[in-house]
Amino acid sequence: MAKFRPGSNLPSLIVVLLLAGPVLAGLAGTVLPAFGYLPVLGAREITLEPFAQLFSMPGLLQSTALSFWTGLVASLVSLAIVLCFSAAWSGTQTFQRVSRFLSPLLSVPHAAAAIGLAFLIAPSGFLARLLSPWATGWERPPDLLLVNDPYGVAMTLGLIAKEVPFLFLLTLAALNRPEIKSYTKVAASLGYGRMSGFFKVILPQIYPLIRLPMLAVIAYSTSVVDVAVILGPTTPAPLAARLVVWMNDPDLSLRLAASAGALLQLGVSAGAILVYLLFEAIVTKLSSTRLALGHRIKSDGAGRMAALGTMVFIVSAMCLSLLVLIIWSLAKSWWYPAPLPQNWSISALSMALMQTPQILGTTILLGVLAALISTSLTLWLLETKTHAAEPVDHQLRTLIFVPLLLPQIAFLFGLKMLFLMIGLDGSFTAVLLAHLVFVLPYAFLALSDPWQRQDPRYARVAASMGASRARIFFRVQLPMLTRPVLVTLAVALAVSVGQYLPTLMIGAGRVVTVTTESVALASGGNRQITAVYALLQLLIPFAGFAVAAAIPAVLFKNRTALRLDA
Amino acid sequence: MNARTLQNQKGLILENVNIQLDGRTLLELDTTIEPGTVLTVMGESGSGKSSLLDFIAGFLKPDFKSTGRVILDGTDVTTVPAQERHIGLMFQSPLLFPHMSVAQNLMFAIPSEINNRTERQRLAAEALEAVNLEGLGPKDPAKLSGGQQTRVALMRTLLARPKALLLDEPFSSLDQSRRTDVRQKVFSIARERALPVLLVTHDFEDAEVAGGPVYRLDSPATEPQ
Repeated sequence: MAKFRPGSNLPSLIVVLLLAGPVLAGLAGTVLPAFGYLPVLGAREITLEPFAQLFSMPGLLQSTALSFWTGLVASLVSLAIVLCFSAAWSGTQTFQRVSRFLSPLLSVPHAAAAIGLAFLIAPSGFLARLLSPWATGWERPPDLLLVNDPYGVAMTLGLIAKEVPFLFLLTLAALNRPEIKSYTKVAASLGYGRMSGFFKVILPQIYPLIRLPMLAVIAYSTSVVDVAVILGPTTPAPLAARLVVWMNDPDLSLRLAASAGALLQLGVSAGAILVYLLFEAIVTKLSSTRLALGHRIKSDGAGRMAALGTMVFIVSAMCLSLLVLIIWSLAKSWWYPAPLPQNWSISALSMALMQTPQILGTTILLGVLAALISTSLTLWLLETKTHAAEPVDHQLRTLIFVPLLLPQIAFLFGLKMLFLMIGLDGSFTAVLLAHLVFVLPYAFLALSDPWQRQDPRYARVAASMGASRARIFFRVQLPMLTRPVLVTLAVALAVSVGQYLPTLMIGAGRVVTVTTESVALASGGNRQITAVYALLQLLIPFAGFAVAAAIPAVLFKNRTALRLDA
Repeated sequence: MNARTLQNQKGLILENVNIQLDGRTLLELDTTIEPGTVLTVMGESGSGKSSLLDFIAGFLKPDFKSTGRVILDGTDVTTVPAQERHIGLMFQSPLLFPHMSVAQNLMFAIPSEINNRTERQRLAAEALEAVNLEGLGPKDPAKLSGGQQTRVALMRTLLARPKALLLDEPFSSLDQSRRTDVRQKVFSIARERALPVLLVTHDFEDAEVAGGPVYRLDSPATEPQ
């Protein structure tokens, strides 16, 4: 037994500081101005004035309700789609085929998906063009609010399109646990239909693994900014989108109201989570009595087809959106209602790449650094815990997840003020730090399971042969985890590239990535350039995942046990 | 036993070993394994066999409490890190590192003091020959049969120059014909090199062939002495 374990808590400490530091400082920096304390602006009096100002804003109630309902409905519908589809088709060829489509869709950033969807369903969009004028009679784009509709339907659709792949992949990972597979067989052999077997036997076992991410989805969806700006209503806009406008308003006194609004946003997201937990409790209660009734519901054909239909609808909408992005980025002129451009050109593409290489460079550098730092930290943390024979304790796991359970805006406002005070505002380092807060949880999520599943005896065998701790890590553990480590790097890169609000708020317009640029362009008229930036947003993560897949294939060409199919 | 007599005492001594979990004694053992002999430990799963191996090899989890000493060739290694104990381990599965070739697996075990590459390669090739696997060095370990993998794992353990061997049911994954072969090989090499061996198994035949004393863990002592 090692009596002395140097640095056993150092990585935990760094992770805690890196996550809790910005979150707590950011929350404080939001709460103080919300109650009128912002010395930079000469406001030193604790008062409820900012809240009064906030509630006097026109349409505030409507904005709040929009955020609450679009976010909650989008999250619930996404979960329902994913669970019904998994229940109906898991273990089949169809399921595998759809998974193959959904996995890459996960790496499509929110903003890119929203822009693609807007180009697809707008009155002047691809679908309208396909149907016009022969079916619709539209010779010019009709004056319909298909995008930015006042009820937030388009925005809800955009969120669903993005959350379905996320929740699906988590469900897929949970279903892939070996013990789960045998339960499926038990339920089937007892005569249960696919869907009822899933909901009665499998779901109760995998739900704990989906629960926390589901709460993160609700927190995110109720406070989303980029999707709201692109697809959401404008009169009034959802709460979070309006807060960003106030925060960047030249009238500095609006910042106090914006901070108060950020606290309101915190309440909205917390409220949506509470409603969901209540819903969860009711469903659990109602279903517990139904579990033992023995209803096997063997003929569930209609339900299965419906589940498949919905999923195929979502996947095709996403794929079509991406296709439209590609077409637009290569279009020179595309007059309504032609289904395809009259002239093609790569000028938009080359213009974006040639004239603003620093935007692409910043995006990639931020992503790669965030990926390397978060993955190395995660590995360091896991190795230290394993070496000390301690499990990663529950508190630490929860803490790592906290940044994903809070609406980003609630602490990014404060963080921005903080960076402003120490003069880091708008610097690359500050943006990188802000990205890490959101990238690190995903890196941990992606890597901790593969790490824990390693057979600890390999390390013991190596140790018994006299290999040092460093040698065991670099020569045995790390190479055996090559694939999950590379996937983690790719996930982290994708998460960093997709960050809109942290880049916008902390970057203060001086650090610009393809994501902030594409959202800024989306409200303008140039569809070609917008499409190019949206496309770049998803090409970078795709490239990351492609490299992550290619490296092990080359490295382990002759190592059967490490191949994916093994 | 005082320090002087310990100096000359070859073999693996387990002195008043007592392992507890949650205040309950899992096992007690006080014995000496002479060089070249095998102590067979038999017991059902959950009887504390793996805790005993973890204790001797230096991997006991902190939730276990242990007293007693492990003395190897006259040195008390009870508090020495696993890396420096020179106790070779073999598990039920061969656990060849899947990202390395067979030869790389073997060379991983050779002490770094032998720093001449050709010499290291020669030692690996020689080890393969010793178990009739000559020429398989460049192969992917996953392509080897179970018996071949176990033999490579054995040579890998030995190349690290252990002073004792702990065998955790290393033959149980092999079919009957291979089993006799591999077992014979392991015991004869241990005898040749005068290594004390602790074998955990639930196969009576293993115990018989090993020939040494048998220790049963079936009824763990519960009352304090």
